[in-house]
Amino acid sequence: MTGTKLTLKDKIIGFFAEKMPWFKKYVIDTFPKWKAWIYLSPALVLLLIFTAWPIVNTVRIAFLEGYGSLAATGGAKFSFGFQNFIDVVEYHAFITCLKNTVLLCVLTVPISTFLALLIAVCLNSIKFMQRFLQTIFFLPYVTNSIAIGMVFAAMFNVVGNFYQGRPPVIITPGIVNNVIQFFGGEIVNWMNAGSEYWANMFVMVVYIVWNALPFKILVLLGGLQGINKQYYDAAKVDGTSRVRTFGRITVPLLSPMLAYVIITGFIGGFKEYSSIVGIFGEDMGPAGGAGRLNTMVGYIYDAIESEAWGTASAAALILFGIILVVTALNLWVSKKKVHY
Amino acid sequence: MNTNTGIVTMHEKDMKRVQATQKVVKVFVKIALYTFLCIMALIVLFPFYWMIISSLKTLEEYKLAIPTFFPKQIMWSNYVRAFDTANLGRLFLNTMYVGIVSTLLSLVITVLTAFAFARLEFKGKDLLFGALLATMMIPGELFTITNYITVVKFGWYQTFTVLIVPFLVSIFYIYLLRQNFMQIPEELYLAAKVDGTSDIKYLWKVMIPLAMPSLISITILKMMGAWNSYIWPRLVANDDAHKMITNGLRNAFTDATGQADFPLQMAAVALVSAPLFLVFIFLRKYIMKGVSRSGIKG
Repeated sequence: MTGTKLTLKDKIIGFFAEKMPWFKKYVIDTFPKWKAWIYLSPALVLLLIFTAWPIVNTVRIAFLEGYGSLAATGGAKFSFGFQNFIDVVEYHAFITCLKNTVLLCVLTVPISTFLALLIAVCLNSIKFMQRFLQTIFFLPYVTNSIAIGMVFAAMFNVVGNFYQGRPPVIITPGIVNNVIQFFGGEIVNWMNAGSEYWANMFVMVVYIVWNALPFKILVLLGGLQGINKQYYDAAKVDGTSRVRTFGRITVPLLSPMLAYVIITGFIGGFKEYSSIVGIFGEDMGPAGGAGRLNTMVGYIYDAIESEAWGTASAAALILFGIILVVTALNLWVSKKKVHY
Repeated sequence: MNTNTGIVTMHEKDMKRVQATQKVVKVFVKIALYTFLCIMALIVLFPFYWMIISSLKTLEEYKLAIPTFFPKQIMWSNYVRAFDTANLGRLFLNTMYVGIVSTLLSLVITVLTAFAFARLEFKGKDLLFGALLATMMIPGELFTITNYITVVKFGWYQTFTVLIVPFLVSIFYIYLLRQNFMQIPEELYLAAKVDGTSDIKYLWKVMIPLAMPSLISITILKMMGAWNSYIWPRLVANDDAHKMITNGLRNAFTDATGQADFPLQMAAVALVSAPLFLVFIFLRKYIMKGVSRSGIKG
């Protein structure tokens, strides 16, 4: 004791170190080497249970033919094979889901990216009210996709017997149809009983694009603001036209951001689900057409709820595979086109 | 000399003309820009406007063939009725409970993990971190199937635990915070070591205050995640005692015949959306900062 005050902790450690030399050698002296694992342990335990094990188990279940809740608790043995995958692909509802998902992706990603780019470029070239408008364009992001889906449903909804009643009784055609009428168009049955598939799709595309804009505008505007002004000054000195400046300076320098929003857009698009629930409800379709707008994720959840875990796992793996391929394709294209 | 001055004046005239046309073009471009942006902004805002005015109308007024753009008679009572119909009070409490508990626990875990990855040395650090980042690519549905089986086996079906525990660890939050921790100069840590400050004390006194913006971003995103969560709660805790607000909202108004009481429905939607807008108004900076780096909701 050389005058320094020992804390209780030090005393305890000192006591153990004195009594048990092996404790000092293997625990106290090596402490800096393994103390990180103490910090990591809560996260690692949870990750093992809820992330690592599911990866292993879901892959395992996907290859156990006909794996389901009842049979599994009954102690049945399952043979190993690809039957789950075959079942999924051959099931007609899955093809509908796949078609809907792909169609929504292919329609919404280009439209929302183009609109977001246009808005971001315009926002970037104004000063007055820029912050204000930027905030407005971000607003749809902080919403509940189910709740605002219900608002869109109300806007497109026709109150009355539109198709079943002869003659049709329309009490109010909804605000969207009011606007169409105002411009001299015909009322469309967007999403009620008897509505057509393309009309349903149109509602979904409008809603998903509206929902996807804020994130894309935020990222693209951030990218635009990061472009060095000197490039534009140089272009101005050379007398380059606006269009050419946009094509030769803005787009190439923005291409990493564009690639980013397109890739995340496709990934999100393949996982589309709750926006459809917001508009059409848990039936995933208009009255009388339940399941017509179901998506891949919806298919997986239906399978989980009916406890057909084998097919659910197989479908999830197929979804993962599709996302991987599409992302790889995107990366491959962007490697050729993106200017870093 | 005369001709010379003549040229100069011609030149000046030309310059002036060019400048004038440039100015006119500039003004037109400005007008076009603002017109476009304002129209887009109105389109973006319209659903919110329609939600609010519809929520204040009587059902009769809502059903008018020619819509009104401002309610003739403001029906505040719609909000009271919506609150009761959808049982929003209970849903609100459930959601707040899940949100607050999971945010607090998640923050503790994220801070500890991010600290280990940012400042401590251990074998296989880069490998582990890379593996964690790789799992972010896997769609959540792949985990959901096994997690559903697991939580049922644990006896967590229809409890609050099932809504909190499986999602406590977010690789994205760990990544976000680790990046922020790495920006803090390592010299501070080494100095603290020399002074004999313990890791925990250093973490609490130095790292956490400096990383506050990231922590606030994480808190907001996590709370918003609880508020907007729909799929997992529907699967594992859809009973009245544990129902979350989004599930309750959708299920309270599932009338698909087109005869639903829309003003009431819109009032409920407005009530559910209001807290999100309040958070957005006051903490916009943190939300936008967190979001621009993620691309995921909640």
